[in-house]
Amino acid sequence: MSTFVKLIFSSDFFYSILRVTTPLLFASMGAVLSDVAGVPNIALEGIMLIAAFAGMYFSYLFNSALMGLLFAVLIAAAMAGVLAFFTLYYKTNIILGGIAINSLASGGTIFFLYLVAHDKGTSVALPSKVLPNVTIPFIQDIPVIGPIISGHNVLTYLAILAVIFTYFLLKRTSLGYHIRAVGEKKEAADSVGISVIRTQTIALVLSGVMCGFGGAFMSMGYVSWFSRDMVSGRGWIALAAEAMGMQGAIGTAATSFLFGIADALSNVVATLGWPSDLVKTIPYVATLAGLAIFSVRAYRRNRNA
Amino acid sequence: MSRERSFNIIRTLVSMLAAILVAFVIIFFVSDQPVESIKVFLVSPFSSVRYLGNIVETAVPLIFSGLAMAVMFKANLFNLGGEGVFFIAGVAGSFVAIWPQLPPVVMPLVCIVVGALAGMLVMLVPGALKAKYGANEMVTSLMMNNILLGVGLYLLNNVMREPSSASLVSYKYRNNALLSKIIPGTRIHSGFLIALVCAVLVYLFMYKSKWGYEIRMTGDNAKYAAYSGINVAKVIVIVHLVAGAIAGMGGIIECIGMHKRFEWTALPGYGFDGAMIAMLAGNNPIGVIGASLFVSYLRIGADLVNRASDVPTEMIAILQSIIILLISAERFLHKYKQNWIEKGAKK
Repeated sequence: MSTFVKLIFSSDFFYSILRVTTPLLFASMGAVLSDVAGVPNIALEGIMLIAAFAGMYFSYLFNSALMGLLFAVLIAAAMAGVLAFFTLYYKTNIILGGIAINSLASGGTIFFLYLVAHDKGTSVALPSKVLPNVTIPFIQDIPVIGPIISGHNVLTYLAILAVIFTYFLLKRTSLGYHIRAVGEKKEAADSVGISVIRTQTIALVLSGVMCGFGGAFMSMGYVSWFSRDMVSGRGWIALAAEAMGMQGAIGTAATSFLFGIADALSNVVATLGWPSDLVKTIPYVATLAGLAIFSVRAYRRNRNA
Repeated sequence: MSRERSFNIIRTLVSMLAAILVAFVIIFFVSDQPVESIKVFLVSPFSSVRYLGNIVETAVPLIFSGLAMAVMFKANLFNLGGEGVFFIAGVAGSFVAIWPQLPPVVMPLVCIVVGALAGMLVMLVPGALKAKYGANEMVTSLMMNNILLGVGLYLLNNVMREPSSASLVSYKYRNNALLSKIIPGTRIHSGFLIALVCAVLVYLFMYKSKWGYEIRMTGDNAKYAAYSGINVAKVIVIVHLVAGAIAGMGGIIECIGMHKRFEWTALPGYGFDGAMIAMLAGNNPIGVIGASLFVSYLRIGADLVNRASDVPTEMIAILQSIIILLISAERFLHKYKQNWIEKGAKK
């Protein structure tokens, strides 16, 4: 037990919380943006997976991490655009559209992985690039805190900016007002001249951009390769975080950190020789429990109100 | 038949055709000898009894997961937990198939019942959370999938694992537990008959029983159903139990029908297939049989192309998502629909 405590109260552990929460932050901001606009994007999982693949492949192709990131974001935005096109113009049910994108991502990435790397498991054979880590001057020298918040992948800092961006976009900009109005009551928004389809398309594409960064982090930061289904439920965990954060950027970010802690915990426990099959389920159990507790409380609140 | 309904059938057929055309395009770009590969893709699945048998045996688990999803969709529930249920029901049923000594016929039946019970138990978690507290069943069921995979693998690794085997597989099933082959020259097993019976039963349940009526009413408009005195929470729980039982049966039947030991080490992927098949079938239980056979025809075709040239079988995933997108697109071919219905009205 003492080794466990020692592992938890180390700056390494707190550093790893930030690291594993990064993709959750991006994805959950994508969930916030789309859900507030009234078009819940459940394809976060798949779009991140596609972005992870694109980041790996294009960074290898152009021999440049930046190009990888650029293509990851562009392709993720395009996938969200496809979803928007089908749901908003062809009136596909947004949930079914999301299922389609997820199934496309899960099999499609393996398809292309085999074409480019002749492997259906990982892309280790392809020398792809990773995005750099950033050490923050001065802060890195502060004892205890320095090693926790300095030296992260550049996308980790971007993820925190993404939360701030989402917060201000929704609260302070006219686009944010439009997005909220459309999500609240689209007929009313329409009657005052807000284009519902245009606003929802923008929200979905923005959520795709978020997934693009999140996916790029998976294959170009978290690890340095692509492997099949490597997003492993993070898109869904983000949806749960968004539900528990009550659609707000800050609350959702806070819940994402809770799930990030569970994830980091499972990584620590795994080193202690606990049964790995069960340890791997910790983040999902935490999410399920969190969602259950949240729903029970929301139910009680509604009943008392 | 109304023109609206026949139009839906036409749209489904167009979606299937579009999927096949996309397959042509993929093969054309990827394969070394595209014309030959396309011929293999389209014709070869019908070229021998063995391949025809492959189509049928591949369709069996698809029928079960399609039925489970059709019931869910009919109630307007988006639970994607079929994946995890298939897996854990396979594990639970395998315990019976490995250890107790039971007479033939009884033994596979006990396995199937245990699998179905495991499925019902597992589905009860998202079902109860949804019915009582309104928790989003899609997210909870997907979390359950990952949890069940972990628990199942733990049991496989620590209890069922055959120590002498290099790969991660369970002990062998007892011979009594295996489902019998029903057509010589193929591996088609009696699970196919169970699947057909199941489809008919689900049809009767959904369209001829009081519960089925309540499920359909709830799916059409939950508020109206509640207003007219239907207990929506009860309906949600029933739907989850039924879907869990069907998917659970599918899981263990696939195990004792096709394998001699438990050998899944990842989620088998049938949950998501079920969603697409239910949509192809328009959520009609009888239609699920046809939709499953069509999808497994595509799979066997893709499999044969994969063997003949270098096109990965995962091509299927691309076709499947196109089918889902097109079928669920209400406005797809909308202009033609309008004309077609107007013409019918003018007559």
